[in-house]
Amino acid sequence: MQGIDLTINGKKVVAEPGMTILQAARKAGIHIPTLCEHPALPVAGACRVCLVEVEKNPKLLTACSSPVAPGMVIHTHSPRVLEARKAVVELILIRHPLDCFSCPSNGKCELQEVAYELGIRDSSFKEEGDTCNSYALEDANPFYVRDMNKCILCGRCIRACDSLARYHAIDFQNRGIKAMVQPPVGRDLEHSDCTFCGQCVQLCPVGALSEKASAGQGRPWELESVKSTCSYCGVGCELNIQVNRKTGRIANVTTDYQSPTGINEGRCCVKGRFAWQYVHSEDRLTRPLIKENGSFREAGWAEALSVIAGRMNAIKEDFGSDAVGFFSSARCTNEENFLLQRLSREVMGTNNVDHCAHL
Amino acid sequence: MKGLGETFGSGAMTNDFKSIKEADVLFVVGSNTTETHPVIGSWIKERKADGAKLIVCDPRKIELAKYADVYIRHNSGSDVALVNGMMHVILRDNLHNAAFIDERVENFEALRKVVEEYTPEKTSEITGVPAELIEAAARTYAAGPNSAIFYTMGITQHQSGTDNVRSLANLALLCGMLGRPGTGVNPLRGQNNVQGACDMGALPNVFTGYQKVENADVRSRMSGLWKCGELPAAPGLTLVKMMEAAGTGDLKCLYIMGENPMVTDPDTNHVRHALENLEFLVVQDIFLTETAQLADVVLPAACWAEKEGTYTNTTRTVQRVRKAVEAPGEARSDWEILTDLANRLGAAWEFKSASEVFDAIAACTPSYAGMSHERLDEGPLSWPCPAVDHPGTPNLHVGRFSRPNGKATFVPCEWKEPHEWPDEEFPFLATTGRILYHYHSGSMSRRSAPGEFVRELFIEINPKDAEALHVEEDAMIRVTSRRGSVSGKAKITDRVPPKMVFLPFHFAEAGANVLTAAVIDPDSETPAYKINAVKVETA
Repeated sequence: MQGIDLTINGKKVVAEPGMTILQAARKAGIHIPTLCEHPALPVAGACRVCLVEVEKNPKLLTACSSPVAPGMVIHTHSPRVLEARKAVVELILIRHPLDCFSCPSNGKCELQEVAYELGIRDSSFKEEGDTCNSYALEDANPFYVRDMNKCILCGRCIRACDSLARYHAIDFQNRGIKAMVQPPVGRDLEHSDCTFCGQCVQLCPVGALSEKASAGQGRPWELESVKSTCSYCGVGCELNIQVNRKTGRIANVTTDYQSPTGINEGRCCVKGRFAWQYVHSEDRLTRPLIKENGSFREAGWAEALSVIAGRMNAIKEDFGSDAVGFFSSARCTNEENFLLQRLSREVMGTNNVDHCAHL
Repeated sequence: MKGLGETFGSGAMTNDFKSIKEADVLFVVGSNTTETHPVIGSWIKERKADGAKLIVCDPRKIELAKYADVYIRHNSGSDVALVNGMMHVILRDNLHNAAFIDERVENFEALRKVVEEYTPEKTSEITGVPAELIEAAARTYAAGPNSAIFYTMGITQHQSGTDNVRSLANLALLCGMLGRPGTGVNPLRGQNNVQGACDMGALPNVFTGYQKVENADVRSRMSGLWKCGELPAAPGLTLVKMMEAAGTGDLKCLYIMGENPMVTDPDTNHVRHALENLEFLVVQDIFLTETAQLADVVLPAACWAEKEGTYTNTTRTVQRVRKAVEAPGEARSDWEILTDLANRLGAAWEFKSASEVFDAIAACTPSYAGMSHERLDEGPLSWPCPAVDHPGTPNLHVGRFSRPNGKATFVPCEWKEPHEWPDEEFPFLATTGRILYHYHSGSMSRRSAPGEFVRELFIEINPKDAEALHVEEDAMIRVTSRRGSVSGKAKITDRVPPKMVFLPFHFAEAGANVLTAAVIDPDSETPAYKINAVKVETA
């Protein structure tokens, strides 16, 4: 394949045919800030933060949606670009509250990062009456919270629903300063096509969407990500368990759309992302229990295991190995299933071992 | 699994997920994919949007039906007839893949003979589907060029479940839709590690990797590797048979790890009797489940996020599970508990980690021989993976089948009437299943956010039936079978056809499985959850 020769910020770069300016710059290790763009989503070119200057082009171009052409000379941080980019971000900030310290996205907010990068403290365009940020907090469902005051209309959530979840449960409504992302007119989210897979929540660049159970569980920089596999259905989605080591608890579950190992390509469902609180449930068993006179009492491991070993040996002796049976589990790991069938066959001497493969 | 094993020589899903993106025709039967396997459901919708054809067969008007080019709402339990009818059309119009059959499949004449009877007219009579829809489905599937079949419990949880699977395998063989990307017969397995539990030999007749316990060579190799005495040769009892034996007193002791048969098994009243009848019951679980409450000793286990190990998914792909947080109190990983107990019972197991246990699996399982936790840390591997330098096998049956002579075989099936059918006293058909928000006995999902969203049992009922019974939305209705009775809120919807009700089975306090019969498919011993004759009344 013939490479395409470009110059970005004075550096010679070879791009592949079909690449956008943004992709070519990223490949060459050159940073261009973005907001509405995400590698897992179709290109929208909505936010204009990635504007770059291309010589012999009268207008600035959005790097995310402009394809490369041979001989392009591109400037990503020229004074003209920086001025325009700053204006774009300040325009977005007109309708974005600056309550970052209490925002769940503090520390992972992409708007915060872009503003910081451009040295913006506040919008110089702000005037009374030109904002529309008096939306009520929407927290009727147990999965995620919508704070539409913080929405920057990048449309990532809409594209996530369309192209990843494949539900098209939400879209833009109204125009101008009243434009907003909503489920169909007359319906709330809980009675829409939304299935609460939460992919929109993860892909929201700001704090307009946030996981309900994660509130107060730890700041992004405090969390350690542990890569694992979902324990619900047979798809086997790769999940990243976000752990707060200070509390020893799970703070969130996320996915990685760029993971080279994830067979789910970052996709997930409501159970994978939101059904993890049982791990820390008060109802968890914490000590072995032995039943005496019809009710349970707590016991130590040594006692519980020796009671089991004694009774199982006695039953085997009196009635033979096949008077004992084992139910293994399609929920447990391979290692555990392997050992249970060995316990049955090798130790107790019976092939009476099965699990609910058929249920 | 049994049906595929016999026709192809291997019972697992034949193709991987990437394969979906190369399918030209997606044939989804008995699988409410967008609720039970949501991510696969999203890929199917994506493929459809990109131009593939979609055939959906399900008595319930599931979400995918909305997108289908051909939607078939056949009578419950008529799957064999439906597929035979499709094959009849394919043979009649000469749309089969003669070269593929010639080269790779046996027993063609027997199939031709059986499906000859299943004219579109006869099939229409059995299935309740217009003949032209059967013709359209047959022509669409046969046209391919790459057609892939996906099915779930809507196919297997019938008394004729194995025949249903055989029929789908016959269809794929007839059109040569196997052994390349975009094709295949793909059972979407319901639980995270049901494939792995089978692979590991948590089955009464096989060791790991489906090595038969009856084979003396296998037994002696295993006892050598495990450094133990003679291993038992006679296949053991299945789960359903063990429950029966517990009921009659032949089984005295049951050790249950991580299952909740009081909610998930058929005929709850019988299960309770059986478990109470045992002399000694041990339950190892993360919660004091309905089943654990009946135990003599309960052992607290670590859960998913608290332990190291591996799961094997529906595409035979082995993936790592990693410890993120500590288990509460004194709860321990199941593998630690089992090692401790085995040693108290006289074994000399020396496992120090889940990784060492995995090495023991690899040592005695040819299809896992090339895997280790170390390799899996780099990324997933699909079995067969026989050597440390083997890349794994995403697609099965490329070039040859796993049967001894390398050929597949047609196993023609006749349609048989279901074990139970609506009659005057029980005029409705009840079917049970999973919903998106919950999972099995609900012990995990109901203690998490989804538990707040869908709190209690609902019963789907068709608007016509609701009107006849003077039932309004959310009114309590009672569903009664010959086994028992359960009440829930009516959800009036044309997702179910008239004279059918659907009940999710996740709610122990209103357990749908009090209705179901412990009637099993004689070949696979899978309970026939999908068909129950019931009556429906206002409660």
